[in-house]
Amino acid sequence: MIAAGAAFSWNPVTDWQALTSQSFMRNALIAGTIAAVLCSVVGSFVVLRGLTFAADALTHVGFAGASGAVLFGAPPVAGLLTLTLVAGTGIGVLQERLRGRDVVIGMILVGALGLGVLLLRLSSGYANQTYALLFGDILALSTRDVVVLGCAAALAVAGTVAIFRPLLFASLDEEVAESRGVPVRVLAVAFMLILAVAASAATQVIGALLAVALIVAPAASAQRLTHRPVRAVAIAVALGLAIVWVGLAIGYWLPYPASFFVTSMAAITYGVSRALGA
Amino acid sequence: MTGLATTVTSGVPFSPNPLDDLQILFQFEFMRNAYIAGTAAAVAAGVVGYFVVLRSLSFAAHTLTQIGFAGATGALAATVNPVYGLLLINGAGAAVIGWLGRRESGHDVVTGIVLTSALGLGLLFLALSPAPEAVPVLVGDVLGISAGQVLVTVVASAAILLAVGAIYRPLLFATLDQDLAEARGVPVVAMSVLLLFVLAVTTSVATPIVGVLLTFAILVGPAATAALVSPRPARAIGLSVVLSVLYMWIGLAVSYWVDFPPSVFVTGLAFAGYIAARSAHMWSHARLPLRTAAPPV
Repeated sequence: MIAAGAAFSWNPVTDWQALTSQSFMRNALIAGTIAAVLCSVVGSFVVLRGLTFAADALTHVGFAGASGAVLFGAPPVAGLLTLTLVAGTGIGVLQERLRGRDVVIGMILVGALGLGVLLLRLSSGYANQTYALLFGDILALSTRDVVVLGCAAALAVAGTVAIFRPLLFASLDEEVAESRGVPVRVLAVAFMLILAVAASAATQVIGALLAVALIVAPAASAQRLTHRPVRAVAIAVALGLAIVWVGLAIGYWLPYPASFFVTSMAAITYGVSRALGA
Repeated sequence: MTGLATTVTSGVPFSPNPLDDLQILFQFEFMRNAYIAGTAAAVAAGVVGYFVVLRSLSFAAHTLTQIGFAGATGALAATVNPVYGLLLINGAGAAVIGWLGRRESGHDVVTGIVLTSALGLGLLFLALSPAPEAVPVLVGDVLGISAGQVLVTVVASAAILLAVGAIYRPLLFATLDQDLAEARGVPVVAMSVLLLFVLAVTTSVATPIVGVLLTFAILVGPAATAALVSPRPARAIGLSVVLSVLYMWIGLAVSYWVDFPPSVFVTGLAFAGYIAARSAHMWSHARLPLRTAAPPV
């Protein structure tokens, strides 16, 4: 929850100054921006490939990783990245065999949640940590967290750009892509690794339970507005930034959790784009 | 680590005599309430979970359990019994998922957005409620089951069993082969929507005991395990109910002595049972080709 800062004024310049005057808010805005860009790009492929449930499971696995890190006194971002990358590799390798078997993803998800709750129960500060990891505590991010997040996100975006064309081809029509010699399996695993970084980034901003909103909503909205894939990615990034910035700003001035405003903005954006789109 | 040490010793001492332990377990009304409500919810979850697994509705089931967070915290804010808030929000969630996802390939996107916006709404309700406590809502609370809630849970579970019993054959037919069932005049769309609503009621009665996060475990874990063990539907449903009641009983008992949330043990058992069944399944299937691959001469 955001401590009430300076009062809201109708002058955007003073509002901007108020928003960026405190270091915790600057960290939050930078982390939110990084996560919004990464999640919107990665989310475009999540929607195309029908991986929403897998993305949700990855964020829950991240919860278990962060809980373990808290128990052993390590920074949560380390546990988050480690376990999501491991689980992402596993899901990517098994993807062919997992198709149509969402119960396996469900069991991974629920096993990770149970493990996370157990690990947190074993550490002190149980209630506060549970809340922060599940629902996000973006204002508690340290500068080091933001730097780690930024480096991981830069790698993930660079990776996405590097495999963009074959990944898009494989996501739109896997069979034709495979027959043309595109290494669809390698791409699937590589993409799950990128998704793991995106899931970690989104978890840091709005928490493990809500993170999938940041991954799916901007991309799904953009794909409602245009059928051209590259343009859809660009629109998704713009929508993602708007969702996070507006959500964080409202959360700054109103005494309610910022995560609520981010997920509400995401749902409204999707609803409006459904109404507008073809 | 101090949390563990204090909570473990604050529990009731465990004795090696099982009769003493049973007496201690049931000496308090809250524990009797938890067991009656837990058993009723576990039976319903075992039956409904089987159809969730067969119809690949895991994501919808996961969503319907987690959006209960908004219902439970909304009830906290309005100071009414959480089960009514759960029924309301889960019913609404079932309607939205059923209606918006009718004829689309992007079904799971809608489900994901319903899921996260309801969870976000739950956060708002939590901030508005007089005594905001997220953790019992999330991971369940054996202390929180009132006598009134026991009655609601038992009645709702009986209604679920009656509903599933009444449509058992057409539901199973539509689940196993939707196209053929439709050709034979089974109302498959009505079956899907009805099952979503039954699922919503099931998650509503299980959530106060096992919690928003892990109700999914009791719903899908036993059923997925049973489906691996037996291909025959009636037998699999029976096994699913037995496992789910067993997990619930053990989970409640252990959480009484160790003062951990019951959901941790229920989930652990559900997960372990599934892994065991899966390993046995893979092992027996891995052996078959070896035998058949052996040269006949």
